[in-house]
Amino acid sequence: MDEEYDVVVLGTGLKECILSGLLSVDGLKVLHMDRNDYYGGESTSLNLIQLWKKFRGSDKPPAHLGSSRDYNVDMIPKFIMANGALVRVLIHTDVTKYLYFKAVDGSFVYNKGKVHKVPATDMEALKSPLMGIFEKRRARKFFIYVQDYNENDPKTHEGMDLTRVTTRELIAKYGLDDNTVDFIGHALALHRDDRYLNEPALETVKKMKLYAESLARFQGGSPYIYPLYGLGELPQAFARLSAVYGGTYMLNKPECKVEFDEEGKVCGVTSEGETAKCKKVVCDPSYLPNKVRKVGKVARAICIMSHPIPNTNDSHSVQVILPQKQLGRRSDMYLFCCSYSHNVAPKGKFIAFVSTEAETDQPEIELKPGLDLLGPVDEIFFDVYDRYEPVNEPSLDNCFISTSYDATTHFESTVIDVLNMYSMITGKVLDLNVDLSAASAAEE
Amino acid sequence: MATIGHNNLNAKLVLLGDMGAGKSSLVLRFVKGQFLEFQESTIGAAFFSQTLAVNDATVKFEIWDTAGQERYHSLAPMYYRGAAAAIIVYDITSADSFTRAKKWVQELQKQGNPNMVMALAGNKADLEEKRKVTAEEARAYAEENGLFFMETSAKTAANVNDVFHEIAKRLPRAQPNQNPAGMVLVDRPAEGGARAASCCS
Repeated sequence: MDEEYDVVVLGTGLKECILSGLLSVDGLKVLHMDRNDYYGGESTSLNLIQLWKKFRGSDKPPAHLGSSRDYNVDMIPKFIMANGALVRVLIHTDVTKYLYFKAVDGSFVYNKGKVHKVPATDMEALKSPLMGIFEKRRARKFFIYVQDYNENDPKTHEGMDLTRVTTRELIAKYGLDDNTVDFIGHALALHRDDRYLNEPALETVKKMKLYAESLARFQGGSPYIYPLYGLGELPQAFARLSAVYGGTYMLNKPECKVEFDEEGKVCGVTSEGETAKCKKVVCDPSYLPNKVRKVGKVARAICIMSHPIPNTNDSHSVQVILPQKQLGRRSDMYLFCCSYSHNVAPKGKFIAFVSTEAETDQPEIELKPGLDLLGPVDEIFFDVYDRYEPVNEPSLDNCFISTSYDATTHFESTVIDVLNMYSMITGKVLDLNVDLSAASAAEE
Repeated sequence: MATIGHNNLNAKLVLLGDMGAGKSSLVLRFVKGQFLEFQESTIGAAFFSQTLAVNDATVKFEIWDTAGQERYHSLAPMYYRGAAAAIIVYDITSADSFTRAKKWVQELQKQGNPNMVMALAGNKADLEEKRKVTAEEARAYAEENGLFFMETSAKTAANVNDVFHEIAKRLPRAQPNQNPAGMVLVDRPAEGGARAASCCS
């Protein structure tokens, strides 16, 4: 490693691996290191033995759970929006050829103590028990407006400039009640809090369209897809892309100390007494703890179960959103469940997660409303992790630090961070105008 | 995983072995019939497919090259995942590369699927005068560990096609599909609205 590189990437989390891949494809000389002996960093998927080591301090999971290697338990559980930014990146880079996906069975929302399927179209709105008969008709009109809305065609705007009209004003025009607004904002537009109501409506309309178009894409019961064998496959696939284009990979590298010159600019990375010279460093927050600050924390419970989440129509993979207002919280809570049908657990086993932006230090109590929806669990692990964001000025020190993964249920914010970092590193904008309609899924 | 349909088999095949043993050269010889004396380390392409006809069926190999990730022991578990076959390559002029080949076999036995067809290829067989590993030693090791063995030369093409043919013959034909079928996202130009097709499991 005593060589000179354009970029040294530290940590093999998804964000770092996507960037490593993009930079190698651009022809930059990349060295990619990780202190762990496995790929994925915070966004890895663990087998049963690794899971027990991390949370139970033992490497002896109970035998009745089955073989350790049949488990791929995500540490950052998320689904992939079928028409979303991550799919565009996957297609743009042709990394899809290393991965197999399956549609996610269901998307549900918690409302007044019950779990309901999320209605995403005007037809579904008419059938949904979430609304009364008159409210359904009003909601249907709003859904049709959103479906027909085309940013470039003023005829579809019905005289409203959505870059100025707030979401609250738009919704008021259709006379929707607070209950309807709650599931539209949180389960369809996937906002995490209620700030969107006072922001321009365009963002919310676009998010609703993304949801509906993603739902229509693969004929699943949800707008999501998910890779077989778990999310840990994603960083590995992008790492392979980077390697194929000349990126050098070193795992199990202790220390990884970033070196600076007298002006405070990055000049290299030292590990095990060897220094790799470089012009830029890309890393996750754990490699440069002095250049990040804590911005929040995520509380979560990881459960191994022998049944699907009750009231989700027997879905073997599912998301349930519990909007903040339904729980009297400031941030939403999410349930995420995957199973042997996506090869993340042995036959008959399900992995369920309850997660939220933590508002207390007691995840056991805070996550209870979500846990109550799961029914009996075989095993449960509680965890709270801190979220960090960079505070450095990359133009001064040439350090490009990713933001920790948030509690959102999908990868849209992840990819936005990656694209911003890519632009800062290279001065270029990544063109993600792939033809999604030409890119379809082939199934055997 | 090898999957079957209308006597067509799809099989993922992975290459393992030391840097410089000739993994990429073997693939290039097999897939393109080419040989470059000074093949650069694998860059840009590490994914090939090639179809072979054997007796009753055609076998489409999806061949994964290491892309240099073997150099610092950084091959991802994904590399082994679902592989139906593996070729472990060493250089007959390097005793070290044979020692390392044995390590790769151990790694495969740990990570790979138990029904995997494994071949041990002693490459650079054209360099007889520099030989450091005898065929007898390698064959004995292969037999003990359930691999089949051949000496190959990507340069002269000796035995190269034979290794792949032998693997194709040995792939279990009616292997029950242990994995649920997944889908591959593909990006193809839209031609008259035709949906792109590819298959997998």
